[in-house]
Amino acid sequence: MSTKSTKPSDVQLSDTAFATDLGDQSVGSALRDYGIRLRSGDLGALPAILGLVVLGLLFTALRPETFLSNQNIANLLVQALPVTILAMGLVFVLLLGEIDLAAGVTGGVAAAVLATLLSEQSQPWYVATLAGLGTGLLIGLVTGWLVAVLGIPSFVVTLAFFLGLQGISLRLVGEGGTVPINDDVIVALANKNLPLAAGWVLAWVCVIGYAAVGLFGWYRKQTRGLSRPPLPLVVTRVVVVSLLILGGTSLLSQDRARSPVVFLGGIPWGVLLVAVLLIVCTFVLGRTAYGRHIYAVGGNAEAARRAGINVTSVRISVFVISSTIAAISGIVAASRLNSATPDAGTRTELLLAVGAAVIGGTSLFGGKGKARDAVLGGLVIAVIANGLGLLGAKAYAQFLITGGFLLLAASVDALARRRRSATGG
Amino acid sequence: MTSENGTPLLELKQINKSFGAVHVLHDVDFAVYPGQVTALVGDNGAGKSTLIKCVAGIYPVDSGGIIFDGRPVTVNSPRDAAALGIEVVYQDLALADNLDIAQNMFLGRERKRKYRLPLAEKLFPRTLDEASMEEAARETLARLSVRTVSSVRQQVASLSGGQRQTVAIAKAVLWESKVVILDEPTAALGVAQTEQVLALVRRLAETGHGVVLISHNMNDVFEVADRITALYLGRVAADVKASDVSRSQVVELITAGRSGDLGLAPSTAAESI
Repeated sequence: MSTKSTKPSDVQLSDTAFATDLGDQSVGSALRDYGIRLRSGDLGALPAILGLVVLGLLFTALRPETFLSNQNIANLLVQALPVTILAMGLVFVLLLGEIDLAAGVTGGVAAAVLATLLSEQSQPWYVATLAGLGTGLLIGLVTGWLVAVLGIPSFVVTLAFFLGLQGISLRLVGEGGTVPINDDVIVALANKNLPLAAGWVLAWVCVIGYAAVGLFGWYRKQTRGLSRPPLPLVVTRVVVVSLLILGGTSLLSQDRARSPVVFLGGIPWGVLLVAVLLIVCTFVLGRTAYGRHIYAVGGNAEAARRAGINVTSVRISVFVISSTIAAISGIVAASRLNSATPDAGTRTELLLAVGAAVIGGTSLFGGKGKARDAVLGGLVIAVIANGLGLLGAKAYAQFLITGGFLLLAASVDALARRRRSATGG
Repeated sequence: MTSENGTPLLELKQINKSFGAVHVLHDVDFAVYPGQVTALVGDNGAGKSTLIKCVAGIYPVDSGGIIFDGRPVTVNSPRDAAALGIEVVYQDLALADNLDIAQNMFLGRERKRKYRLPLAEKLFPRTLDEASMEEAARETLARLSVRTVSSVRQQVASLSGGQRQTVAIAKAVLWESKVVILDEPTAALGVAQTEQVLALVRRLAETGHGVVLISHNMNDVFEVADRITALYLGRVAADVKASDVSRSQVVELITAGRSGDLGLAPSTAAESI
């Protein structure tokens, strides 16, 4: 009863209240905050970017004439496509702390469905593609239901699917055989490039769009007095990303044909596909209530449930997304080979994709990750494979080194998590 | 029930609840008044949590009625409770560590952006309105005189126990709830943080909320409570004004179900064991 005379709340704020939000943050203090975040174990994209820089320098030094050639860069990007796309779908599942071991094989089945429809039923490419994507969606729906409603651990469900779906691939394609893909549109996905002009237009659209979102967003926050990063950092980020997009477009627009009589250049269609997926997934995860709910369920499922979020349907939906994107990845992989094979997705694809997501900064424990992690990590994986190939490394060395990298990324993730729980909450 | 405090905001009448053969709540009457802190006290297993979960829509009641704002209601899910204006702040707080303060406060009830262009509305119907959520979060914390948070964009993982409790309470306030139920809000806090949270509890009542404080700590109870309801083995042992009883009386009510002429009849108290 003693403090019942507490003064009525006065809305006058002290100097420290919301200081970071309301004042203009200086670059120095923003960098200090970043340093604190790094020390507390939140490394973000740093390991992947450092990895890319170090590996790039290493391979450029060892193979100066081939690694940075136009041909090799284009080749590297196309090599990275299936794993990057697969990883982007897996980010959704990993955000909930679940795993989808069947994603690679799901892609294989989708490709087999597509190839069978194209060659045996002579369906047009869009029907076959829709059927392939539908296959992925259906597999995701069943997986998600078994995990979220029946409560079987995702590890077990997807392991069963990993085995079972290989049977479906084998049944569709036939033992030892392959189904060739001759459809122009599907083949173009991983083997053809955009017209040069279209590539440049899209590149500029991306640059202007990115700059507009970044700068206009900052301006809006500033006028409304919201928490915002310092302007110089926003500008730096816009400049760096723009230079990467324009530099990449310029590199890919040069002639990389070995024969002087033909011209081969432009952005591969598959790279455009990844760019579109990246934008869509980033938008869904960052700007929609659904994306927010995925993070919430991954961070604290009980809190999400009490907040009225339908945890079961969020769980099912991430498997649907992952499997559908896996189907896209399988179709791109089949396009690269010009055929569907019964063993597509059964080898290292899935593990490389998990590795890509984790190297990019997605946590295996859930609640932390972004769509861009898949792209950064996918590039790291592709650079390792490509560079080691140029060095003439034996296959066993490639397995050892890639495995080592995955283990390294997972250790960073686990240590960062321990660090986080030690420093706060 | 006592009418000296005006009409109760929330009133439970003759609530019974059993889990299988175990009869957890016996004809429990409980009332919460606007602008007052009602402490709900009782030993472990007295039925405090069960009672709260019945109000929150987590458990259905076997018999008895819930009257909210003068009309009988049924609460079948946490959503029903929230729609009425009943918010429960649980002991484990239920915050997502990987989200920031503003995101946590709006979790599950995010504001969507309104567009002037109908086309944009069609294309991005579910885009989050981060700006207005951030402003509302900051405004709510300021109204509760929270001075220890430097940014509503701070991740909850980086907050201290008291700050987390504050965020959880502010979340309830943000939703214009009329009844806020706090489950052991100071259980895990240090001395200074406990003081902050108790001041916040008082401020909740001053702003017209009906506050229920579940606590084991007699210091907390006597510091902030206007009324005390003591449960003893699933029965209401007493429903009294805090100024009418002493600490030792409340402790006796909690441990024995009766204290002097207060509490359950000796036969009832004994039979409950």
